[in-house]
Amino acid sequence: MVRIQVTVDGQRCEDEVEPRLLLVHYLRERVGKVGTPVGCDTSNCGACTVQLDGRSVKSCAVLAVQADGSEVTTIEGLANGEWHPMQKAFKECHALQCGYCTPGMIMAAVDLLSNNPNPSEEEIRDGLEGNLCRCTGYHNIVKAVQMAAAEGGAR
Amino acid sequence: MNDVVRPVMQDAVAAAPTRVDGRDKVTGRARYAVEHPVEDVVWAWPVTSTVAKGRVTEIDASEANGTEGVIAVLTHANAPRLGETDDAELQLLQSDRVAYRGQVCALVVGETVESARAGADAVRVRYDEAEHDVVLDARHPAMFTPEKVNPGFPTDTSIGDPDTAFAVAAVQLDATYTTPTEHNHAMEPHATTASWGADGTLTLYDSNQGSTGVARVMADLFGLQVRAVHVISEHVGGGFGSKGTPRPNIVLAAMAAQAVGRPVRLALGRQHMFSLVGYRTPTIQRLRLGATTDGVLRSLVHDVWEQTSTLDDFAEQTAVISRMLYAAPARRTTHRLVRLDVPTPSWMRAPGEAPGSFALESAMDELAAACDLDPVELRVRNEPDVDPESGKPFSSRNLVACLREGARRFGWEQRDPTPGVRRDGRWLVGTGVASSTYPARTAPSQARMSIGSDGVVTVELNAVDIGTGSRTALTQIAAEAMDLPTDRVRLRIGDSTLPPAMIAGGSMGLTSWGSAIVKGARQLRELVGRRDGAIPEDGLEVTADTAEEVRAVSGYARHAFGAQFCEVRVDADTGEVRVPRLLGVFAVGRVINARTARSQLVGGMTMGLSMALHEEGVVDVQHGDNVNHDLAGYHIAAHADVADVDAMWLEEHDEHLNLVGAKGIGEIGIVGTAAAVANAVHHATGVRVRDLPIRVDRLLGRG
Amino acid sequence: MKAFEYERPVGVTEAVALARRAGSRFLGGGTNLVDLMKLGVETPDLLVDLTGLDLAEVLEQPDGALRIGATVRNSDLSANDAVRARYPVLSQALVAGASGQLRNMATVGGNMLQRTRCPYFQDVTKACNKRVPGSGCPARAGEHRNLAILGASEACIATSPSDFAVALAALDAGVTALTTEGEVSLTVSDFFRLPGDEPQRDTNLPPGALVTALTVPRLDWATRSAYRKVRDRASYAFALVSVAAAVDLDGDRVRDVRLALGGVAHAPWRATRAEEALRGGPATEEAFSAALRGELEAAEPLPHNGFKVDLAHNVAVRTLTELTGVPA
Repeated sequence: MVRIQVTVDGQRCEDEVEPRLLLVHYLRERVGKVGTPVGCDTSNCGACTVQLDGRSVKSCAVLAVQADGSEVTTIEGLANGEWHPMQKAFKECHALQCGYCTPGMIMAAVDLLSNNPNPSEEEIRDGLEGNLCRCTGYHNIVKAVQMAAAEGGAR
Repeated sequence: MNDVVRPVMQDAVAAAPTRVDGRDKVTGRARYAVEHPVEDVVWAWPVTSTVAKGRVTEIDASEANGTEGVIAVLTHANAPRLGETDDAELQLLQSDRVAYRGQVCALVVGETVESARAGADAVRVRYDEAEHDVVLDARHPAMFTPEKVNPGFPTDTSIGDPDTAFAVAAVQLDATYTTPTEHNHAMEPHATTASWGADGTLTLYDSNQGSTGVARVMADLFGLQVRAVHVISEHVGGGFGSKGTPRPNIVLAAMAAQAVGRPVRLALGRQHMFSLVGYRTPTIQRLRLGATTDGVLRSLVHDVWEQTSTLDDFAEQTAVISRMLYAAPARRTTHRLVRLDVPTPSWMRAPGEAPGSFALESAMDELAAACDLDPVELRVRNEPDVDPESGKPFSSRNLVACLREGARRFGWEQRDPTPGVRRDGRWLVGTGVASSTYPARTAPSQARMSIGSDGVVTVELNAVDIGTGSRTALTQIAAEAMDLPTDRVRLRIGDSTLPPAMIAGGSMGLTSWGSAIVKGARQLRELVGRRDGAIPEDGLEVTADTAEEVRAVSGYARHAFGAQFCEVRVDADTGEVRVPRLLGVFAVGRVINARTARSQLVGGMTMGLSMALHEEGVVDVQHGDNVNHDLAGYHIAAHADVADVDAMWLEEHDEHLNLVGAKGIGEIGIVGTAAAVANAVHHATGVRVRDLPIRVDRLLGRG
Repeated sequence: MKAFEYERPVGVTEAVALARRAGSRFLGGGTNLVDLMKLGVETPDLLVDLTGLDLAEVLEQPDGALRIGATVRNSDLSANDAVRARYPVLSQALVAGASGQLRNMATVGGNMLQRTRCPYFQDVTKACNKRVPGSGCPARAGEHRNLAILGASEACIATSPSDFAVALAALDAGVTALTTEGEVSLTVSDFFRLPGDEPQRDTNLPPGALVTALTVPRLDWATRSAYRKVRDRASYAFALVSVAAAVDLDGDRVRDVRLALGGVAHAPWRATRAEEALRGGPATEEAFSAALRGELEAAEPLPHNGFKVDLAHNVAVRTLTELTGVPA
């Protein structure tokens, strides 16, 4: 067991964890942040994307011990207030269907805008390469990222 | 018929209600199957076979049992006995027989998912291995004629003398096409939380496309009354056919919970999904088209070879599309199956039509070239007056209108048919077209409708929203049928204790559920009317059942139609294919919610694009499974593979369908896309790819 | 995943000492290692997390070389101004690999040590000489469409998965590592090895050695460089074939050239024979083509990956023509 201290969505957590515990399972089963789902468990699909110290990572490919001393932001803690502009844009643009890829897609898109506040369509499509969606055909997701960018979604 | 044509545009999409669950889904509040809070819950993880055929001779669980956190190891020797059902894939841990690689042969229950998985890694299974046979070949000596093809069509059909008609035809096309194993891969892996009550009832949070049938099967398997089984499916992360029936996850979770006396969560890993939750059979399809020099079909023969498992006969209805899409006086369709040592194939988006349309619509493109005819015009010339096999009139058929409207919007008129002559830098550019179609069906469903003294209507039926937007559309249907604003309607779905209803499958969910709601609304309004609008304090309630209407024989052939137009660019040096434009124009009866409908159609077309360019379960002949069994190796289209995909529809009123007037839109988007892409690739490069997917090595050096 | 211990040393000496313990593995970002542990391919007893070490800087050396600390994250290096300006091929190769989330986590040292994505290597239920020496290689008679065409052995036809390493090979980069015996330096070309009859060894790094830095020598004309990757979809897939190239032009002649191929061998394939043929010759498509044909004479494709020979030729010729502005 290793003692870790992680700030999750602004809440300070201290836990004894097994080194093999994946960050996504730590978030879901220990902290109760089940809004971050597991889609492939082999770091391919991006559904489990969260931010680790402000940068998007696939939480199924990160050990909880690697997050020791860090800040983790999940979809549940993204909004500073009611909505994050990216969440609003995803809803407005109908950038979702089954919703399973949506938390990870939003977290990756927020990171994309933090590096590139005004991406072209091509830059969005390349920038979200690590997030797979099986329902929407991606079309509305790209529109949502553009809308969020126009509304200052980089914050 | 054919009272067309006003394309529905963006304003309709903008005006449509936004989805009612959108907020929950963008904030991480939507709860899926293993996210509902349950006390004292433990985890299970399957151990799967590493041989493709044989018997399990020994399962050594001693190391697993000694692994920290492991609570139990279930095998065929100690697992609870199950009752009989139709689905042999659900007879889990009941025998030592191994029918395919990746079959469940043990189940480890642990305090955490980590301990269950570590325990599973520590289980040692020994086998008496037999030689396996996993390769589909049209000349396989064990090919047989199945009794029927899904979901109940005749295996073979024949009209006239297609062989003679082909032999004497002025233009003949004889070509064989193949499609590989394809996997559904909804983003949410199949998952269940199972708990047994002290009274012997079984509660299941489960990811499925309809829990009415799931509850019945679970009751049969565990020897329970259906009312003792409660299946809850609040949010489901996609299905595409693979969650239409119960899968091993729910059975194993319930078994494990029974064995350890605690609630159990089981979420399959993505890799399990390559063997445990169905897939689309690979197909071999031979098309023989005989036509006059002006492109009128005289003979149409579509022969199909495909696979099933040794456990069950699953016969994909691949050639059924060729029974109704075009006129031809002489015609034949056949299906042959071979039982291989593989998992049982199953339902995947547009079963039958998706692979069948690739062959038929590629062949039509080849015929157009052979006749020196425009491919749109060729299709128009072969438009039937009535359903070619049944002789029934079509309830509505606007294929030609879709082709014409699509051609106009796509800019098809200026197209030079010569292949391989358009170049933009290193890119070879081409365009292609294909027809789309899918049956418009309805299934019996019930809906309970009540109105309270406050005037609020509660609609209850066991529909489910697997992502399509049914929560939103059903609310709209109920509001319209009751003539109330949507905020006066409460909808309850996704619970097997609600009135039984159709699954979200076969493009029949909305039409079936909506019909029950419309019927219920009529009954409820009549009841309210009889009381002159006075609603008693405890409200009024009706339960509508559409079984009678649905079972009445229709005098019409009922199908949705569409046309897909595609532009491709092929890198002349590398064979890389890009699809800058994909346009679908559809005629699908009434569209309830333009926003969710368009997304469904675009999503279907994108899956078709993915089928065209990427998706391929590569058979490992030596070991008997797919070599590529994760999402790094099994490619599905990602953002950058898709560019301008658009879908629209023609206004279509069809009174001969169902109480909603809709044809269903879940599958038609994927039908024809792969052919449209392949036809465009031929136009760009001159290379005809008859085997999916269209990989670089199938183009490189062949231009 | 098997249980294991975890340590996060604060100094390189401590890290190297911990690595002497049986069953230890260094952990960078973990983007490959953690997946391999989930698959059971790697079953360490101890993970030594390197991200607490002081190895996360990119420093310009007095001789103009760039020294890249081993725990610099891939995304940071790809965005580094000096890298982008001086070595476009390196920045492009980094961005061509994996996805944003993985590049945020992955370290450059870990990138160099990632394992092949050969499907047999990654499946512990199947034989693999790289994973279990002597167990056999089912890929030769099985699925090898995306496996090696150059430098393979009877024992192994795996390919190196790294895009970054292909660019480093072209740039004659060096690898610095620390062992308990002291520091060792290798060129990237010497760092990676062909499988021979020891496919279990990906590199020539001594056992227990800790990669501390990568050094990219000064190469002023690397401003004219590019990385081009061909894969089975438009993004987010491993290379079928990739090319890292840099060209120094003297009018319409090639003064100097660097060329490396990815996705074709157990190591980044430095195309020295093609470089030799091109140096001092005309910068024409014909010359590029002839040079690549010469290089690829060594190819020994299998039944399903012969297309990679033409693909490598075409992509390399295209990259060189684009870099040199030769009209197509």
